[in-house]
Formats: sequence, structure tokens, C-alpha cells
Amino acid sequence: MDTLWGGLTKAFWLVVTRDSDLLEIALRSLQVTGIALAIASVIALPLAAFLAVRRFRYRRTVIALLNALMGLPPVVVGLIVYLLLSRSGPLGVLGLLFTPTAMVIAQVIIIVPLIASIAHQSIRDLWQEYHDLLISMNVTQGQKIRTLLWDCRRALLTASLAGFGRAIGEVGAIMIVGGNIDHATRVLTTAIALETGKGDFALALALGFVLIALAILINLAIHVLSRTEREGRW
Amino acid sequence: MTLFPVTLTAARAQRHGKTLVGPIDLGLGGAGVTAVIGPNGAGKTTFLRLLHGTERLCSGTIRWHCSTEEARHHQAFVFQHPVMLRRTVLQNLCYPLALRGTPRRAAEDQARDWAARIGLGDMLDRPAPMLSGGERQKLALARAMITDPALLFLDEPCAALDGRATREIEDILHTAKAKGMRLILATHNMGQARRLADDVVFLLRGRVHETGAAQGFFNQPATPQAKAFLEGDIVE
Repeated sequence: MDTLWGGLTKAFWLVVTRDSDLLEIALRSLQVTGIALAIASVIALPLAAFLAVRRFRYRRTVIALLNALMGLPPVVVGLIVYLLLSRSGPLGVLGLLFTPTAMVIAQVIIIVPLIASIAHQSIRDLWQEYHDLLISMNVTQGQKIRTLLWDCRRALLTASLAGFGRAIGEVGAIMIVGGNIDHATRVLTTAIALETGKGDFALALALGFVLIALAILINLAIHVLSRTEREGRW
Repeated sequence: MTLFPVTLTAARAQRHGKTLVGPIDLGLGGAGVTAVIGPNGAGKTTFLRLLHGTERLCSGTIRWHCSTEEARHHQAFVFQHPVMLRRTVLQNLCYPLALRGTPRRAAEDQARDWAARIGLGDMLDRPAPMLSGGERQKLALARAMITDPALLFLDEPCAALDGRATREIEDILHTAKAKGMRLILATHNMGQARRLADDVVFLLRGRVHETGAAQGFFNQPATPQAKAFLEGDIVE
């Protein structure tokens, strides 16, 4: 109980005093996760719409695979990305290992299946509703996908937020590919792991509370800005 | 653009190996309102969808006066249960125009004009899925008509609507007919068929059982099944 209280107090003081180290790693967390989320959404949302409207031979297999990949172990993703980016790996020449870019790559791989699967379910439901209308209007495949993505935008926002939640709380993969290097690749989750390892539980908890507060604040801000609750029914 | 005459030759629609309609041999001319009537399960909706191209033709042919692609481009369909895009009334009306590349300002002007015509002028910013059944059907009708199609299919457009909403929709259809729009209407409502139709296609068990001018059909049906149907008997 004392440790929890100590963590809360420390978190409060870190925020109030605008601790420079905390600011740096919090901003890096947001930056890496934000970029990963943007890239993952650009890949996952059209993919989800495509899978909802297009019939092809192995469609069901692809959807099942995508659903299965939602539970992709981050440590394994980290390891694979590490091997790809390491000096002896096929992409080693790019020199990306232990950089924020490597962390972004790992996060994108982890959250694309999650966002695509959640988005696919919403888009598929809407496609069932719109099917006859859009077919009768003779829309092209592109128009169909654009219409579904736009009209499903609130559900897609929820899918993206789920991806954000997974990415910002991720530690295993980014620890492996980022290396938790101070002033370079250290983010909130890897800092928590480090402080826990050092036995500074109060600081680890403080960072944890900051991470939770950040995730909640961003989710709330996006919900308020997009008026999800007020207009969510349509 | 001349779509008509359209000729169906041994046209048949099947699903899961079961014939839904056909074989149908029929020719339809280019003016007025055709009412497609028949008991439940006779294939009225499938017949409309087959003509419109949203139901796959499994055998036979449907020949329009122009190419099938051009014919599709100049048609619109109003469904029994109107599908509303999750957008405002204005955006729903603008949607078909946007698909055809109409500039936004011009599309909105046209949409406002249509909304006023159907009595939804003060509901432009309201979410379409929140409208009442009658308002939704009127909006669906206006959305279908806003591109000025040469042919409009209507599948039970007034089912589950009260008298006032039915009259409003029929007024819109009368105006469209007067302007030369070709209407093909599937209906259960014999009163509506009498009020609107110039000719009738009576379907039974997926096949055309009787066709003819509306007045002749309603006054003196040629077949005992059509006579029984008009008298309200159960026809299967």
C-alpha cells in the first residue's frame, strides 16, 4: 500500500515539476505510438473495407488469419524485426536497429491485425446494410470502400483507439528493437521495466500512472472531439 | 436516352439451385407505369431486381434498346425497406449526384430543391436514419429521382405507410410519370395499382401469368387465378 501511495505521490510531483526526463520519454512514447498508429490505420482500414466488400477465393482464410494475428506475441514480433534489422539481416544496411523507427515498425506489425479485425466487423455489418443500395447505384469498388469507411468512421475510430491502447502499452517488442537507450529510444513502458528491474518501484509506479493517465486523456479527447457519444448511433 | 423497349427472353433467376423467377418472356414498352402484382412469393421483387441487374440472370436474355451498362446508368431503385446512409438528409440527397461527379455546390442546390418538394426542407441537417418511416421512404424516393433516371423501379414503396404518407408518395410518382419517367412498381396494394398503373404484369409462382392494360386487367381479368387474386381469394 505504501509503495502504491509513494508511486502516486511521485507521479504527482513528476508532473507538477515538469520533470524533463519524464517529459522526454512521455513525448517519445506519444511520438512513436502516434506514428505507428497513423501508418497502421492507413494500412488496416482500407484492408478491412476491402475484405468486407470483395469476394475472393481465400477471403475467409485471410480473415481468420487476421483475427488470429490479433494475439500476435509482441516479443516474437520484436525478435523477428530485430533479426530483419540487425546488421547481418536483410534490412541491416538501413541501420534502423535501436532507433525509434524500428520501434514504429514493430508496433505497426503488432497493431495492424488488431485494427483491421475490429474495423472489418463494423464495416462488414454496414456493408450488409448498404449492399443493395450501393449495388443498385452502380458504384465502383473504390466509391464503395470510400463510402463505407466514411459512414463507419466512428466505429473505425474505436478500432484505431484499441490499436493505440495496445501500442502505447507495448513493451516486449520495442525493448528488443529499441534497446531502451536513454535519450534515444527510452519510452514510458521500457522505463517502467527498467525501474522495476532496479527495484525503484515508486518511480516505476509513478511512470505507470503517467502512462495510464496519458492513455485515458487521449482516448477522452478523441471521443469528445469526434462526438462519438452524441452522434454514435448514426 | 432510350432504354425501351426491353425484351426478356426465357429469363430466369436462380438461387441455391432453386428457380426464383422464370422462364419469363416479356416485352415492356417505354411509357407509363407498370404494376407488378401477385401473391407473396410470386417473385415480384426478384423480377424487379432481375430487370435492374441486381439479381443475376442464370439463363435467358434481357435486351434493352441501349447497352446494358447505359441502361443501368439511367435506372434507379427504391426498396421496400429504405436504406438510409448514415448521413444527414442533405448528404443522402447529394450522394448519387456526387457519385456522378456533380460539383458540390450544384448538388446541394439540387438536394435542397428536392428536399423542399418532398416536405423535408426543414430537416436537411437531421440524421437520415432518425427519420420516421414515411419520411425515410420519401427521402429514398427523392434520392432515387434526383439524378432524373429514365426508369424507376419501386418495390412496395408504400408498404407499412399510413394513408397520408402513401398519398404524398403517390403524388410524387404522378408528377414523375407526367414528366415522362418510366415507372415499374411492385405492389400488394390493389388500390395503388389501380390509381397508378397503365399496364399490369401478374406474376404467379415466378412466372408471368397474365399481362395487359391495367383497366382491362382490373375490370376483366383473363385467367381464373387473376380473377381470384383480385377478388381477394388465396392464390398459390
